[in-house]
Amino acid sequence: MQYEAIIGLETHVQVKTASKMFCGCATDFGAPPNTQVCPVCLGYPGSLPVMNEEAVRKTILAGLMLGCDIARLCKWDRKNYFYPDMPKNYQISQYDMPLCRGGGVDIKLKDSREVRIGLTRIHLEEDVAKNSHFETTSGVDFNRAGLPLMEVVSEPEIKSPDEAFAYLTALKEILVSGGVSDCDMEKGQLRCDCNVSVRPVGQKEFGAKIEIKNMNTISGVRRALAYEIPRQIVALEKGEKISQETRRWDDAPGVTSVMRTKEYAHDYRYFPEPDLMPVVVSDAMLAQIRELLPELPEAKRQRFMQQYGLPEYDAGVLVTDAALAAYYEQAVRWSKNPKSISNWVTTELLGKLAEAKLTIAECPIAPPQLAELVTLIDGGQISGKIGKDVFAEMFTTGKSPSAIVKDKSLAQVSDTAAIEAFVDEAIAKNPKSVMDFKAGNQAAINFLKGQVMKLSKGKVNPQMAGEILLRKLRGS
Amino acid sequence: MTLHTQTIHELRAQLRRSKVSAREVTQALLDRIAALDRKLKAYIWLNRDDALAQAEAIDRTGAAKDGKPLAGVPIAIKDLINVEGQPCTCASKILQGYVAPYDAFVIRQLREAGAVLLGRTNMDEFAMGSSTENSSWGVTRNPWDLERIPGGSSGGSAAAVAADEAIAAIGTDTGGSIRQPAALCGCVGLKPTYGRVSRYGLVAFASSLDQIGPFTKDVEDCAILLGVLAGHDVKDSTSVAQAVPDYTRALGKSVKGLRVGIPKEYFIAGTDREVAAAVRGAIQKLQSLGAEIVELSLPHTEYAVAVYYLIATAEASANLARFDGVRYGLRVAGDDPIEMYRRTRGAGFGPEVKRRIILGTYALSAGYYDAYYLKAQKARTLIRRDFEKAFEKCDVIVTPTSPTAAFKAGEKMDDPLQMYLSDVFTLSVNLAGICGISIPCGFTTRPKLPIGLQIMGKPFGEEMILRVAHAYEQATEWHLQRPNL
Repeated sequence: MQYEAIIGLETHVQVKTASKMFCGCATDFGAPPNTQVCPVCLGYPGSLPVMNEEAVRKTILAGLMLGCDIARLCKWDRKNYFYPDMPKNYQISQYDMPLCRGGGVDIKLKDSREVRIGLTRIHLEEDVAKNSHFETTSGVDFNRAGLPLMEVVSEPEIKSPDEAFAYLTALKEILVSGGVSDCDMEKGQLRCDCNVSVRPVGQKEFGAKIEIKNMNTISGVRRALAYEIPRQIVALEKGEKISQETRRWDDAPGVTSVMRTKEYAHDYRYFPEPDLMPVVVSDAMLAQIRELLPELPEAKRQRFMQQYGLPEYDAGVLVTDAALAAYYEQAVRWSKNPKSISNWVTTELLGKLAEAKLTIAECPIAPPQLAELVTLIDGGQISGKIGKDVFAEMFTTGKSPSAIVKDKSLAQVSDTAAIEAFVDEAIAKNPKSVMDFKAGNQAAINFLKGQVMKLSKGKVNPQMAGEILLRKLRGS
Repeated sequence: MTLHTQTIHELRAQLRRSKVSAREVTQALLDRIAALDRKLKAYIWLNRDDALAQAEAIDRTGAAKDGKPLAGVPIAIKDLINVEGQPCTCASKILQGYVAPYDAFVIRQLREAGAVLLGRTNMDEFAMGSSTENSSWGVTRNPWDLERIPGGSSGGSAAAVAADEAIAAIGTDTGGSIRQPAALCGCVGLKPTYGRVSRYGLVAFASSLDQIGPFTKDVEDCAILLGVLAGHDVKDSTSVAQAVPDYTRALGKSVKGLRVGIPKEYFIAGTDREVAAAVRGAIQKLQSLGAEIVELSLPHTEYAVAVYYLIATAEASANLARFDGVRYGLRVAGDDPIEMYRRTRGAGFGPEVKRRIILGTYALSAGYYDAYYLKAQKARTLIRRDFEKAFEKCDVIVTPTSPTAAFKAGEKMDDPLQMYLSDVFTLSVNLAGICGISIPCGFTTRPKLPIGLQIMGKPFGEEMILRVAHAYEQATEWHLQRPNL
């Protein structure tokens, strides 16, 4: 019998704001435990939540980018359950009136077909704290408690681990490009619960739903699903009955295991949060957010290919990060060679940034300076090889390329007399290679050319050096 | 001159003219408390040294002369409002050891106005009760008869003001917790319109019903103190951005031509005969002062008790979930978190609090939500509409505050329903979100116990109820009577 998998994903994304969802505490990652807390996010008696409007605006922005219907009126609800990471033992969330409904994420399948994975809803809530377990005690770090968290719920329309991977990658790309979230998975800014069931092809009813909780890498989701789907199929083929349960993914052995069965399902006793007023999304607010609507990554990729004549690969790399794409476009404005700028950005610049652990926003080279470097190379003022040294110098000092070239006398030698002197020296020092060339070994000229470059410390114009060398060898 | 018997407005005049010092006033109150409170038990924690230091600072800076409205006036605070550095137990064992790390909004307002924070008054645990018997720290007595209860839940605040152990006090009112004890102790108590006073720093019982308000010896003091407490606060999203008027300007105006509504549902069998007679007498008095009496109906009144006990307990079941032993207060260790919660909450909460958490949890549970919580919310809307319609026909509504005068300690402790019914006349004001005041309007004969008159007003109609209350008070002498202690 043929089986098919049905996958729905619930993705929790930390919305990028300066302060928490319901209080003024900072959201910086990595602060010492319990240093970004106050009576509100610690759930102290008498404290009250105040809604962070920026988080609401960014969630609406996400909804607009994903083609959702934006609610004009929504409200907050209390989701009740006891756990030590919950300061109030209820979470402020949105139950039946979320900010966004509908919409979807476009993904490209292996056979290049494009499909849209529908979204059920996007709602906003507060994150919980982080529990740590030590030898004999446990600790709770409330720095994370109260961070704004967006939950993006997909329709059960994903059919394979690869599709799940593509969906999450595309979703992440969109949210990052809009500045909604950094989606930094190492910082737990994107976490995912997978709902997966299998059924015989042709059957209408869904199979029993298995939930795999709290995945924190996109590739982990793919691996977990690639394990879980065949596990369920094998079980069904053996005649076993699959019943609804929650499982966890252990990455090291690469298996899922049972966390809890349905008997332990919670009754969250949702009810409207009396401490907060309903949210009214006005026409003016919506219009204001629409102004912020960035170009979607896919549209930008197409535009980069057309406008700048870039290959698909280059365009793809550049648009993954809105800031990187913006950097590229600024540099291009100062240059006549978009492809060369792309080469420098996607290889040298990204490499250096990664090495120095810097973001593109912290890049010491300003876009016009990079453009200037390309112009120097294209104009023959410096060689491509020297260009790399200049680039490295620019990255460490922040100086302009022309200043570096001048200070270090790196300008390419294009003066015929000077080059002739280097050529003469190379010929004089390497009589054997000269003999070889004359005996018909064409490759020997490359060795001699290398010697010229070496003697000149790489500064002579290589093309001119080649021409002069050839002329001299033939003439003499 | 006895300082402790003075009102805010009397003391203020003397402090401004330097006839007395703030320190003398505070010391007089502390002496009064030392002499009386052993039998009254209005206070559960006294801020003795710090109160004197606050008073000395007032004297030093001349704050009274700067016109600060409460400069040097000692005020008692219900043990449910956070004051930085002080305990805030809500009369519950579960908050034993908790020291508040911040000031509530109203405490900042009081400090700004120059008030001296005397100490913390007793109450029913988490404000759940009508007699102050549900306190973990002992029962407060009614100053008029020590065998009787002072009402609740703000019984400590009411008793302290009635017994001259405070010049004024702060309480909270979720279903009558200011007005009912004010009536039973013979002082003035006002529940402001929902949103008029910030709830920031008030430990929540039922968030959509709770309001902070004043206890005072007369209506003028009530207007002064309300003016200090009221105001918009960005930290409370339900507080309303509406300018605070000078409430004292509402005083001294005639009630001539004002329409006083009398709802028939509040004059029913079950109300004590003497209470009913006193309230009818008060209505006649208002009529003789020129008010027009309008008979009217609030047809959904009979649902108020049921609606209240569903909504208030549902909200409380979530509000009280945070008391789990993880971050503050009592912790009874267990082998796992669930065991720790069970033991901590089992040991920390009293029986009435547990009863209400169970009731509220049930009302919100899957399968029961629609029948209980949702239906209660709909009925609440109907009750609110009753008042909207009634206020088209009248300026204020007058009723008894409580169906009986103070009852004996222990009398209703075995019968929660009887206890709940003692709030039958006050609950609707909270459900509708409107304002209400209780003022003295007579006494029972044997024993002599105070009777309260409730005056309800439109949303943000505090000036109107203060005006009517003041006119009645000035035409009577009930508020001048003092218990024999």
